[in-house]
Amino acid sequence: MSTLMVEQGGALATLQDSGRFGVRHLGLTQGGALDWLAQSWANWMLGNPLGAAVVEVTLGGLQLHCQGEGWLALAGADLGATLDGQPVDVWRPLKVQAGQRLCFASPRCGARAYLAAPGGLCAPLLAGSCATVAREGLGGLDGQGRALAAGDRLHWQAEAMVIRAVPMALIPDLRAPAALELILGAQAGSFSGPSLFDAFDQAWTVDTRSDRMGLRLTGTPLHYGGPGLVSEGIPLGAVQVPPDGQPIVLLNDRQTIGGYPRLGALSPLAVARLAQCLPGDEVRFRPEVAYAAQRRHRGVMVGLLG
Amino acid sequence: MTPAIEVAAIDCLTVRLFEVIDEGNVPWLLAAADRLRSTFGAALVELVPSYTTLMLQYDLMQLDDAQASALCRQALADLAPAQASSGREMEVPVWYHPSVGPDLQALARQRGFSVDELIALHSGRPYSVFALGFAPGFAFMGLVDPRLASPRLVTPRQKVAAGSVGIAERQTAIYPAVSPGGWNLLGRSPARLFDPSLEGFSLLRPGDRVRYVPILRDEFLRLGGDDTPMEATP
Repeated sequence: MSTLMVEQGGALATLQDSGRFGVRHLGLTQGGALDWLAQSWANWMLGNPLGAAVVEVTLGGLQLHCQGEGWLALAGADLGATLDGQPVDVWRPLKVQAGQRLCFASPRCGARAYLAAPGGLCAPLLAGSCATVAREGLGGLDGQGRALAAGDRLHWQAEAMVIRAVPMALIPDLRAPAALELILGAQAGSFSGPSLFDAFDQAWTVDTRSDRMGLRLTGTPLHYGGPGLVSEGIPLGAVQVPPDGQPIVLLNDRQTIGGYPRLGALSPLAVARLAQCLPGDEVRFRPEVAYAAQRRHRGVMVGLLG
Repeated sequence: MTPAIEVAAIDCLTVRLFEVIDEGNVPWLLAAADRLRSTFGAALVELVPSYTTLMLQYDLMQLDDAQASALCRQALADLAPAQASSGREMEVPVWYHPSVGPDLQALARQRGFSVDELIALHSGRPYSVFALGFAPGFAFMGLVDPRLASPRLVTPRQKVAAGSVGIAERQTAIYPAVSPGGWNLLGRSPARLFDPSLEGFSLLRPGDRVRYVPILRDEFLRLGGDDTPMEATP
């Protein structure tokens, strides 16, 4: 089997891999799976390269018709997926037969599910990536930045190298409160003392005005007292604070440079966790130094690569 | 020159060379970029130059933050500005005309110039590419003659045609693709600023020196330009 036919695109389903690199100086954004950890586990279950192309299913509504027999793997959010009406487990490989329907309903836990196929899904590459970036009109099945829609066909060419479930102990707990590791940036000292307290001592609420470019948080506003800034490169997970004091966490499709003051940047693990939050969810920031965050990150990578 | 090296993220450092925008920054930023590229080698993930800084992303599976900072300091020791020749000299044709540059006449009138004088001022000096951003291939260039400096539109246009040439404050740029935009538009270039089929994708790169060459409508069309008037841009 090598094809899934899209019968319904749902809220937003896009082709994503680990994104584009070595091109930020040309104004191209990163793109790629927002919850890279779940994407990596989805690929891991089939023995794929961890960054192979998968479907990122946002919120649900995606409906796929299987055109043959084979293995897929599902990780990330529980979006109430069913195969011919029978519930499907997340974090496990999934055997499908020709004629079956794989449907994603709506969020039961988390916001984004990742569906992997043996060897990764096939799509044209730009700068080594098929990541769909709607704003740039790049990537995806046709290279034009389009989300999946009825009539699209998802292909892959390989056989699964392995078929294995994610070990229970390593499954990220999406029901636990999100405590997001934030590496303090150079401008953190220019926020007022009370603001630095407020930043880390309140629950921030995820706002509805959030997309793959950035996720807005609302709470007690933060006050930046430093000088105006000249635009500079923006890292993944940057927590920027515009004049209204409400932080925006910049995600994979962020602009490449910008001039708002920044509290710091979330770690990649924190970005993955935040990507599973829904509007109305509460999150907290936890200050961390780069060195400690790096050690934690490497520990997780050892589990994935082992 | 001792640049400040700041932690920007788990795997990113901001190398701060200057505090204010100036054309004189460019050769220093180019030199720093060259040094950092060769020093970090395969451990370099991204290097994003901007007006006063470079943001460097390194592979945290290869280096930790202390090693990365040390490499930065080592790379930038005794930094000297790059020779002027290290950026490329580029010429970009522009058809300056009210039908494709809806702010051309108003700006000329407001500053007490004829349209021809304004075109001569805008195309009369080479511009440095400070940074690319906003969209793929969108090059922030400057600095324009202070007499042409103009603030962004209070209400940005919802759709600006691809190739539109504009001014914002003392910067100038060309929109690579149709997009919303608040810059004051003087004309349109037939050049393809961003093309996935091109080697390097982007016509302009940080450090390039760009000269606008005024052309007439016939040549604009011959070079593949689309003369659909601004108001009718789909």
